[in-house]
Amino acid sequence: MKKKLVSLMLAAAMAATMAAGCGTNNGGAGSNAGTDDKQTEDTDSSDDKEEAGNDSQAAASGDGAVYYLNFKPEQADQWKALAETYTEQTGVPVTVETAASGTYESTLKSEMAKDEAPTLFQVNGPVGLASWKDYCYDLKDSAVYKNLKSDDFALIADSGEVQGVAYVIETYGLIYNKKLLADYCALDGAKIKDASEINSFAKLKEVADDIQAKKDDLGIVGAFTSAGMDSSSDWRFKTHLANLPIYYEYEADGITSTDAIKGTYLDNYKNMWDLYITDSTVESTMLSSSTGEDAAAEFAMGEAVFYQNGTWAYNDIKDNEVADEDLGMMPIYIGVEGEENQGLCTGSENYWCVNKNASQEDIDATLAFMEWVITSDEGRTSFRDEMGFVTPFTTFTDEYQPANPLVAASQEDIDAGHKTVAWCFTTMPSENWKNGVGSALLEYAQGTGEWDAVVSAFVDGWASEVQEVSE
Amino acid sequence: MQKSIKKYFPIFALPTLAAFTIGFIIPFLLGIYLSFCKFTTVTDAKFVGISNYFKIFSDKTFGHALWYTAVFTIVSVLLINVLAFTVAMLLTKGIKGTNIFRTVFFMPNLIGGIVLGYIWQLLLNGILAHFQKTLTYSSAYGFWGLVVLMCWQQIGYMMIIYISGIQNIPGELIEAAKIDGATNGQILRNVTIPMVMPSITICTFLTLTNGFKLFDQNLALTNGEPSNMSELLALNIYNTFYGRTGFEGVGQAKAVVFFILVALIAVGQNYLTRRKEVQQ
Repeated sequence: MKKKLVSLMLAAAMAATMAAGCGTNNGGAGSNAGTDDKQTEDTDSSDDKEEAGNDSQAAASGDGAVYYLNFKPEQADQWKALAETYTEQTGVPVTVETAASGTYESTLKSEMAKDEAPTLFQVNGPVGLASWKDYCYDLKDSAVYKNLKSDDFALIADSGEVQGVAYVIETYGLIYNKKLLADYCALDGAKIKDASEINSFAKLKEVADDIQAKKDDLGIVGAFTSAGMDSSSDWRFKTHLANLPIYYEYEADGITSTDAIKGTYLDNYKNMWDLYITDSTVESTMLSSSTGEDAAAEFAMGEAVFYQNGTWAYNDIKDNEVADEDLGMMPIYIGVEGEENQGLCTGSENYWCVNKNASQEDIDATLAFMEWVITSDEGRTSFRDEMGFVTPFTTFTDEYQPANPLVAASQEDIDAGHKTVAWCFTTMPSENWKNGVGSALLEYAQGTGEWDAVVSAFVDGWASEVQEVSE
Repeated sequence: MQKSIKKYFPIFALPTLAAFTIGFIIPFLLGIYLSFCKFTTVTDAKFVGISNYFKIFSDKTFGHALWYTAVFTIVSVLLINVLAFTVAMLLTKGIKGTNIFRTVFFMPNLIGGIVLGYIWQLLLNGILAHFQKTLTYSSAYGFWGLVVLMCWQQIGYMMIIYISGIQNIPGELIEAAKIDGATNGQILRNVTIPMVMPSITICTFLTLTNGFKLFDQNLALTNGEPSNMSELLALNIYNTFYGRTGFEGVGQAKAVVFFILVALIAVGQNYLTRRKEVQQ
């Protein structure tokens, strides 16, 4: 009898676990205790969505909910705070999730397959859009599109559908430490007397080589921060640096994208890469494990003079050794004729897309949320003060420009009449192409591969990737 | 008794059966179906036939991963089993502190693969830094790093299985062999090993499939760097599915091939070692 009782209890326990398991999967109708597998900040919102209609809270706040899958881990907390403010004001539940660095595509893929798919997500440009275009709601009549400064910041299909809208404009170049560079200029036998004299690759190399030779006098570790090829940093070279040879090739050929890159300026690419890995803070054999944080820390602690990165890096380097007023940014010179007038690289790879498979209520709620973000005081100050974004929206008047010295540097560059370099890397055929180039770059740097491999990954890899992706 | 088993059969079997169906059979069948499809998310698949399977063979990384995995599995199966058996022999000799040793050897097994991967990455990179190298410098470093990691993690577990096998050998068998004048080597070869054959079956099965299916440790330790050269099969499939736009179906197809491969090897191995087992 006792045995029977025990086995019965065991069976009951098993059945209970099963029931609980199913319960969570189905959103646990009526149970508010159901833990959400997405670990949302406010668990209620996703429940509300399921139970819209019979839940008093959802009913009071109107239908629809917003689920934003955010791409930028740097701003994860700020987005959550902004979403909370919006929910407080309007009662519309907003869930913000942020994918960990480098996992956006995989997170998006699995989230989109769920019943509660993101209503607002991001693509990184035309190539990223290719896999998600069937999910994009036409934003032609949306407030965000209407407030856009120019169509250059939207992803518009041939049919005229507005599939994505950029919400942040960013600029990258060679960030440099003004104080350290001034220290160098003050040295006997310095190659330059002022930072502004650097206006070509030849000059940059001359100065960098000299800084590297005199690094002990300057109390630094190297001219450039480590050119880390860990996945947290390799995009600076396989994507951002690679943009320059592509940009010049497009300029020379008068095109904006291509199925077959020629690699006209790859020698310039090599020169720049050589400079990065030679006049560096670390041995080139160590690059495979050097991270983005390493480079940021080296620059922030005043161990290196130059650091290739963009306006977004300000959050990582501020409040350290380097004072804000010592932050400068100069164009990445790769030794192309007429580069004295070359400016910084400015563009966007953050486009908002609205999921058209979401219910109409959710879509409307999402569009309203986006409008609120770019028009309300709260949204705009959050963009300015906490996230530090420069946006392409007309609603962001002068007083809404962020106090980011790197953004100021990019404005100075434009004021100086330099020609802005476009972000041609959004036309790179695929992530796989970038990885191929990155691996070849690394092998070349550590001496286990030849430069020819980079050329082949760049040129042949481009053609074969274009073909594979189009299949 | 018979009757009550029948009566309660559904109560006992149904929950497990349902869980098995939801957690295994359905995803498995869905996975096979998806390997014939082109899709972005698993809910909007479009049937394209077997073209995904052809693409596997044009993908050079798959071939490399297959070969790399095979070598890794062979090396790790041999090392882990030999070392685990040796440790088990030592710890059944009745030396002082046997229990402490057993516990210590078993403990690495309690740490998750991702954590272990990062710990060993730090340790190994710390050593390699003296030579101005890192784990991802070349695939050979990643390979041996992974072997060291797996040995460290699995030897303790296999040791426990071997210990229980060794302890089950009847004392009189060994005693009789000794009286007949057998040397230690002969006892080991002709008595101990044949008697622990069931343990060997289990241990080789576990290490073999673990080696083939290894994922977390590979992801954490090297993530396939450099140039996907230290990528094992499971990671290769993952990277194909998530890393390449338009290759989700190919990733699925690889996974199906991978399943068939692991199943064949596991069944074959089981058959081979089972034959060598003796009835006590």
